[in-house]
Amino acid sequence: MGKHIVAALAEIPPGSQKLVHVRGRAIAVFNVNGELFGISDTCPHQGGSLATGATVGLTTSEEPGKFCHSRPGEFVRCPWHSWEFDLRTGQSWCDPRKFRTRPYDLSVEPGEALVAGPYVAETFGISVEDQYIVVEL
Amino acid sequence: MSISNAIDCDIHPGVPTIKVLLPYMSDYWRESFTARGQDNFQPASYLPNAPIACRPDWRDGDAIPGSNFDLLQKHALDGFGSRLAICNVLYGGSFSISETMGAAICSAVNDWVKAEWLARDPRLRASIVVPTQNPQLAVEEIERLADDRRFVQILMPVALDMMLGKQHYWPIFEAAVRHSLPIGLHAGSLYRYAPTTNGWPSHYLQDYVSNNHAFESQLLSLIAQGVFVKFPDLRIVLIESGVTWLPGFLWRARKTWRAVRPEVPWVDESPIDIVRRHVRLTAQPIDAPSDPAVLERVLNQIGSDDMLLFASDYPHWQFDGESVLPDGVPARLIEKMVNDNPLATYPRLRETIQ
Amino acid sequence: MNVPDQVLERSAETAAKLQLVDCDIHPSLNHRQALHPYLEKRWRDHLDTYGSLAHCVYAGRGGPYPRFTPETARRDAWPPNGNPPGSDLEFMKVQHLDAHDIRFGILEPIVGANNARNTDLSAALCTATNDWQVDEFTSKDKRLKASIHIGAEDAELAVEEIERRAGDRNFAQIQLGSRSVEPIGRKRYWPIFEAAQRNDMPIGFHVGGPSPYAPSPSGWPDYYIEDHHVLTHSAHAQVASMILEGVFELFPKVRVVMIEAGFAWVPPLAWRLDNHWRKMRSETPLCKRPPSEYLKQNVWFTTQPAEEPEHREDLRLLFELIGFDRMMFATDYPHWDFDDPQRALVMPMSDAERRMLFHDNAMNFYANLD
Ligand code: FES
Repeated sequence: MGKHIVAALAEIPPGSQKLVHVRGRAIAVFNVNGELFGISDTCPHQGGSLATGATVGLTTSEEPGKFCHSRPGEFVRCPWHSWEFDLRTGQSWCDPRKFRTRPYDLSVEPGEALVAGPYVAETFGISVEDQYIVVEL
Repeated sequence: MSISNAIDCDIHPGVPTIKVLLPYMSDYWRESFTARGQDNFQPASYLPNAPIACRPDWRDGDAIPGSNFDLLQKHALDGFGSRLAICNVLYGGSFSISETMGAAICSAVNDWVKAEWLARDPRLRASIVVPTQNPQLAVEEIERLADDRRFVQILMPVALDMMLGKQHYWPIFEAAVRHSLPIGLHAGSLYRYAPTTNGWPSHYLQDYVSNNHAFESQLLSLIAQGVFVKFPDLRIVLIESGVTWLPGFLWRARKTWRAVRPEVPWVDESPIDIVRRHVRLTAQPIDAPSDPAVLERVLNQIGSDDMLLFASDYPHWQFDGESVLPDGVPARLIEKMVNDNPLATYPRLRETIQ
Repeated sequence: MNVPDQVLERSAETAAKLQLVDCDIHPSLNHRQALHPYLEKRWRDHLDTYGSLAHCVYAGRGGPYPRFTPETARRDAWPPNGNPPGSDLEFMKVQHLDAHDIRFGILEPIVGANNARNTDLSAALCTATNDWQVDEFTSKDKRLKASIHIGAEDAELAVEEIERRAGDRNFAQIQLGSRSVEPIGRKRYWPIFEAAQRNDMPIGFHVGGPSPYAPSPSGWPDYYIEDHHVLTHSAHAQVASMILEGVFELFPKVRVVMIEAGFAWVPPLAWRLDNHWRKMRSETPLCKRPPSEYLKQNVWFTTQPAEEPEHREDLRLLFELIGFDRMMFATDYPHWDFDDPQRALVMPMSDAERRMLFHDNAMNFYANLD
């Protein structure tokens, strides 16, 4: 296990998403209203890149003809066949046990802590003033 | 493969002429049909002479196929040794343009079946035919007959005035569930719309083969509109639908649902599971491949042994001789088709069994 | 029927060498007036004023059923310039042609050209669409091949267009829709089949197209989830119509492919047609042999959207029943129901089967792929 810096926080402001590569893994990172989510980028169906999917809320229903909408932005729809994945768990909505993508725990660390700590920055230098998104792998 | 002591879930007594129905009509309608000289409401675009309408060795001269009680008894009941058989009368009421005339014909057919068929052989059961053109009239007809437990199903043509899942039809589903009556959808069309989305084929053969477009689209409508969510006890029986199209339909329905299910979020499980729970099919015709091994694989793809019901489709020409079922239907499935599945599908059969 | 395990292991060598023919790529217009340069002033003015008359409400947006994604496209297929997916050749090359090592790609334009009402306008639009495919795509990248886009409803004008393009090596097929104003086997459409046979051009029926009829024999479903599914019935209907009306009896060398209609329906349709034809054949005298024989002789299928049975051996069974020699791979790029060449067909295949499916069948089927 090691901590890896995936991106500067400023690169992924609220409402945006980005594909990052950490130790050979493709991770789709989403910033939903300031909360960060990371899931493995490859859709378990046919391999669509989830980082390019639309983020949507959860649509459910109490009875036919009635729509409930909750958890805005916390699901991603695969850019290809629109399967929905829960950003918190990586599970698909349509078959959560069979089709899931791996969720990653992300945290935000200040640059000054990173310079000194056990972190691996693969592709960029670190500035002490900035905030960084970190994943433990 | 020959079968005996089965429950035959689809036979067709024929209405020879409107005249036999007149005694079961009100004064107004009796006078109306007579004075207007209206007859021959056979609900098909082809004549009863067409090969599919009657197996050649079951023909009785020019008589309307299925209209002779003794022959039906001989060919269908004694011939196949069935212990019970469900009469699905196909006649003009469910198809007519006029709602009130449709209701009058349907009521007369139901009373005629009761008096002249059910009363004459204890092995017979029947479906209530209803004027779907006006669901309120349909419900009235169901209420009128529901106490007679020999009526075991509500019968409709599969291709209707509109998509079956629409709320327009929900009163019928409500009545069906209340009275433990499955809804039987029989091959056939009101012909309000073209039989295919490319219009009107030149041949009846293509109309007939295209019936599965109607079955598939009505199933999708029932699912997409949430009918099975609203009526969890509702059972739908597809009658004379063919069988082998079903697995491919299920796969496609699941695939599409996985993609666009937020459009219909009340559909919160795979359409495959919904169909397995709520839908049954009479296995006549099956539309089998010539290789029995392939048929067996396709039937296994359905993924449930509960769904198929034994049926002869008498007097329609679906098979020759005794081979009601083609080779390749596994024995374990036949055992369920001839008895357990019909009893589970039609709760009223169990009540009235001798 | 099961292939021995040893032949199912695809050798690394084959994988590396396996080239792909993609039988369904959708080019699109980069702006609303992209066909104007190929149209007379009369039609330019007409289009700007009235548009192209369809059989539905919502002029200019195509079809009554709102789709599930913008432009019915993969969300990752929008080029960096912001133009519609499928309109930017450079981006298509990088994202699709190069990435999947595509040797040939068949263009299937769906640009509203073949409307069935104002047929003079559609003839002009089809001609323009064909010029445009060459200018914008096939002349710039030799891997791409155009389709002769025609409006079926005026067979005479359709045949003129076929004749105009038939000697042109940019074109690989004639393109029709799986929907039409009448069943496509009807006599009024026979000149199209005659021209196809005479010019040795195959016909691709892409799912969709103009029809005045409801999607279902009971009318109009409410939802896209229904419409998207029942649309494939139009392909069943065209196959049945061509067979029963005798098209393949009259034009035995015609080759047709049903595109983007899936394929799980094919074996059951063949069984159903055969079973009922046996009793009813006197009604269809031009269908002289069991319908399934014409299927094996004249009809091919693309694989997309891939069927997804519950058990993967059932996918392989479908290919065995239809015949590996009748199936051709297609991606439907850049549309949302795209099939990935590596991941879509999850089943064991021998090297020979794989080659047929992804390459050889299409090389033999289409015109001008060499
Ligand atoms: S590849 Fe993601 S849903 Fe199909």
